[in-house]
Amino acid sequence: MIARASLIVASFVLGAALANSPASAERLIVSVSNHRVTVTPNYSGEELVLFGSVEKDAQTPAGRNNYDLVVTVSGPRADMVTRRKERKFGIWINTDSRQFLKVPTYLALFSNRPFDDIASPEVQRRQQLGLNNVLLTQRVGPDFADVVPNDPFRSAFVRLRTQHGLYREEQSAVTFLTPTLFRTGIPLPGEVPIGTYDVEIKLFADGALVTRTETAFEIVKVGFEQFIANAAHNNGLAYGLVTAFMALMTGWMASIVFRKD
Amino acid sequence: MQLYLPIADIPVNVFLILAMGAAVGFVSGMFGIGGGFLMTPLLIFVGIAPAVAVASVASHIAASSFSGAISYWRRRSIDPILAVVLLTGGTVGTALGVWTFTLLRALGQLDLLIATSYVILLTTVGGLMFWEGLRALLRARRGGAATIRRPGSHGWIHGLPLKMRFKRSKIYLSVIPVVVIGLIIGFIGAVMGIGGGFILVPLMIYVLRVPTSTVVGTSMVLTLVTMIFATLLHAVTNHLVDAVLALILMIGGVTGAQFGARAGQKIRGEHLRLLLGLLVLAVGIRFAVELVIRPADLFTIRETGGGV
Repeated sequence: MIARASLIVASFVLGAALANSPASAERLIVSVSNHRVTVTPNYSGEELVLFGSVEKDAQTPAGRNNYDLVVTVSGPRADMVTRRKERKFGIWINTDSRQFLKVPTYLALFSNRPFDDIASPEVQRRQQLGLNNVLLTQRVGPDFADVVPNDPFRSAFVRLRTQHGLYREEQSAVTFLTPTLFRTGIPLPGEVPIGTYDVEIKLFADGALVTRTETAFEIVKVGFEQFIANAAHNNGLAYGLVTAFMALMTGWMASIVFRKD
Repeated sequence: MQLYLPIADIPVNVFLILAMGAAVGFVSGMFGIGGGFLMTPLLIFVGIAPAVAVASVASHIAASSFSGAISYWRRRSIDPILAVVLLTGGTVGTALGVWTFTLLRALGQLDLLIATSYVILLTTVGGLMFWEGLRALLRARRGGAATIRRPGSHGWIHGLPLKMRFKRSKIYLSVIPVVVIGLIIGFIGAVMGIGGGFILVPLMIYVLRVPTSTVVGTSMVLTLVTMIFATLLHAVTNHLVDAVLALILMIGGVTGAQFGARAGQKIRGEHLRLLLGLLVLAVGIRFAVELVIRPADLFTIRETGGGV
């Protein structure tokens, strides 16, 4: 929470600093269709919409209309292990493994056109555009570092997350309704984790970053779902006893219902 | 109909889970086994995290075996004394198993050990049961009476001291092998995360020579007690029991178990053993194939916590 608050403060400071410099004459105004996604028993994923506009002022170079936009949505972070199986003594067993530290459990990158057309590879790397350039920290010996995009463990990690719809990259998902008004959908499959999601929006023009802004939304359990989850975590024994009792009752009821004689 | 599971954190199709519960419940009611070795892989296949699957299946098995046990009790096919003696050994075995589990995890390569012992155990037990069932069947086919008192039923096991009369099963037997078998089941169950019914049933039939009529019901009582404890243990230590998932599985499971128990009473003993042997053998071979064949994806991801 404190880390998040300081992040917001930092982004404010950064935003103020950028606003003062003449190079960043544009301002981004964005909003998510729903800042609080509630999980109820019939929840099976949701699609949010992010929309916004590019505000220009007097300092904006005249005739600048060719904007590019990259939206990065990152879910709650967690540690994950990627394991590789190898054949030993005739059977396939997990041998090698890599630990990924505090990586997003959900990660989506959307842009209005291919990253290669938006910026040079160098800028793409620096601004973390695309799943290949996003920082995924691994434990490498005593150090923490990201590795090259074609590292087998990193690419397997990204591939498996993508297969489950948890990591995604769409290079035509952002649409400009007018030269300054844009929107994009944020698909959230039912499997996405509960927690806070950060949305970072970066505006590019002529291959360079012009300005950036942030917003966030959260996915929370409410009502029945919240009650069950809280009970399981806070009153483990009572929860277990109730479940065990429920098992006995169900079994007993069935034997009565189905009694023949 | 989609329903969001509060602990597993994914939406599932209620009817699919109900059907899975009913199918496994039928098998468990018929053979007097918990069916955890069938249910857990099915749930993982649907996309539920393995830890949640294992924890929730325990309560599902408890419900199925309780409903089964009630109908066996009405048919007087449960030997309560035998069940109590088995449980005595089982409790000690479980404690030993948990201790061994912790020790093995500290040494590493626990996954491999579990996988290989699963294969060895399932294929051996399944193969032996299948073979025995086949022989009994052929003997019956040839016209020889399927004897209740099998030859060689007075082996060294029956020479042991501390003999006790198990009235309901109509056997007079030393408590030592009974306690030891309970201990082995408890130990294997704790180390491998299974109820152990499919090992207990053949051990009771072939080693203790308990008549088939009381084997299934008595094994169910043992499974019931073990799984109730497992549910409590999982709920207290890992907080991973999904009560909603468990309830859906239970409703399907108990329904299936009722029909299974009825079907099991109709089928002849040799056929029952043959079928169970075949089932256990099939699952064992499936696990063996998984170890030997090159997996479609060499990589797997597992969340190790950490949080925000």
